[in-house]
Amino acid sequence: MDFQFDIFIAAIPSLLRGAVVTAGLALVSICFGAVIGIIGGVCRISRNPVLRYGALVYVTIMRGVPLLVTLMFLYYGLPSAGILLEPFTVAIIALSAVNGAYVTEIVRAGIQSIDPGQMRAARSLGMSYSQAMRRIILPQAIRRVLPPITNESLTLVKNTALVSTITISDLLRSGLEVMTWKANTFSPFAGVALIYLLMTLPLVWLNSVLEKRYRMR
Amino acid sequence: MTETTTAADRPVVIRRLWKSYGSNEVLKGISLSVERGEVVAIIGPSGSGKSTLLQCINFMEPFDDGEVLIDGRPIGLIQTSGGTRTRMPEKDLNTLRREIGIVFQQYNLFPHLTVLANIIEAPVHVLGLPRAEAIERARFQLKKVGLHGKEDAYPGELSGGQQQRVAIARALAMQPKVMLFDEVTSALDPELVGEVLATMRTLAEEGMTMIVVTHEMAFARDVADRVIFMDGGMIVEAGDPKEFFSNPQHERSKAFLKRLLSNGEDTKDAA
Ligand SMILES: Nc1ncnc2c1ncn2[C@@H]1O[C@H](COP(=O)(O)OP(=O)(O)O)[C@@H](O)[C@H]1O
Ligand SMILES: [Mg+2]
Repeated sequence: MDFQFDIFIAAIPSLLRGAVVTAGLALVSICFGAVIGIIGGVCRISRNPVLRYGALVYVTIMRGVPLLVTLMFLYYGLPSAGILLEPFTVAIIALSAVNGAYVTEIVRAGIQSIDPGQMRAARSLGMSYSQAMRRIILPQAIRRVLPPITNESLTLVKNTALVSTITISDLLRSGLEVMTWKANTFSPFAGVALIYLLMTLPLVWLNSVLEKRYRMR
Repeated sequence: MTETTTAADRPVVIRRLWKSYGSNEVLKGISLSVERGEVVAIIGPSGSGKSTLLQCINFMEPFDDGEVLIDGRPIGLIQTSGGTRTRMPEKDLNTLRREIGIVFQQYNLFPHLTVLANIIEAPVHVLGLPRAEAIERARFQLKKVGLHGKEDAYPGELSGGQQQRVAIARALAMQPKVMLFDEVTSALDPELVGEVLATMRTLAEEGMTMIVVTHEMAFARDVADRVIFMDGGMIVEAGDPKEFFSNPQHERSKAFLKRLLSNGEDTKDAA
């Protein structure tokens, strides 16, 4: 065992700075992902073939290409095409796009799980399709998909670790830096793992609360 | 039915309506005119096209041929300059649908909204009524269906019979020209059927134009002005309810009524 308490303590400030970066990236990408996911989910079942197939292509690409490849492509690949993006911009685009793709599929399934009688009733009252979708279908669907979306957010928090490959000093990279600097691997990594765990625990808890609450109907 | 009044005087006129799902012909040239204040009961075996007919009246199911007039105005298909017919703009369709109330077997209340919010939803967001006025309207309708005081309940907290009466109030709050009922008591526990039928009977007595698809033969006989017997996508027999039930003319009507009677007494004690 190579655990040294003093190195562990000395690493904490640096790790916390990294944790703030990780949490910030995750939070922003979860929010963008939710917006993309709701729009994408509605597009996936649209009668307009451009929207429907556009959303399908998007989802297929984002789910099929490894996040690490997307990150590297945007950061190392695009400059050769003359497009230079900041590491943070790349990270947020990639994380939001991947998260948005998964949320799109969750929202689509959520909408499709709503009894078609709801749409029929709303339309029969004279509502337009988009009115019925916004006011009747989505509010019910979103309640139902909150648990899987929390679950997806948890995955996203962990996936943010990949941004350390594009020079961002997130939690993982901060740990790696301490490791090099202190010539000790075990202690900083114990700290890194612990902090990831502490960040995901609230989501685990939220997920189980939401599942209990929305299981009723 | 003699053609002494024009189509514009009638809330609903259906002419030679054809509809198929793929190769399955579900409606085969249905024609039916409903007078203002008339209650028409539609009966017939399962799969005969009764629900499809109701869904075609508000064009929730597009029909293939024929026409439906609501207060003299065609719904669903319009003539193009080229002489063919095409689906009318959604906006016009939505406007026409306001005139047609429909109540479903499965209630289809919005579970995330309170009773009051269910009822004012369309008056506020479709008709553009001020909220206060919509609430007043909703309370009036709730009282009428006997659910005064249930404004803040959620649909899930109500019995089936209460939910169905909220659904009726929700449709009425749009002040439609005609109300369509699709087997609205079929999903209810037997002891809750009466309260819903009583509400419908009151509505009929107040002069609402109604097309009622039902298995409640007592209701059809006592409340309806006319009974339509459908089978295989066609109107087989139509006439005065008393006459129809005591002396059906067509072989298929006779067979249908006979089968109902042998299926037990459950239709005799309604409302
Ligand atoms: N959405 C649909 N798609 C395909 N076939 C349908 C659909 N709705 C109804 N049908 C068919 O149309 C026929 C008439 O159905 P329906 O109008 O529900 O009859 P009823 O209400 O008299 O029981 C049945 O054969 C049914 O299988
Ligand atoms: Mg039916």
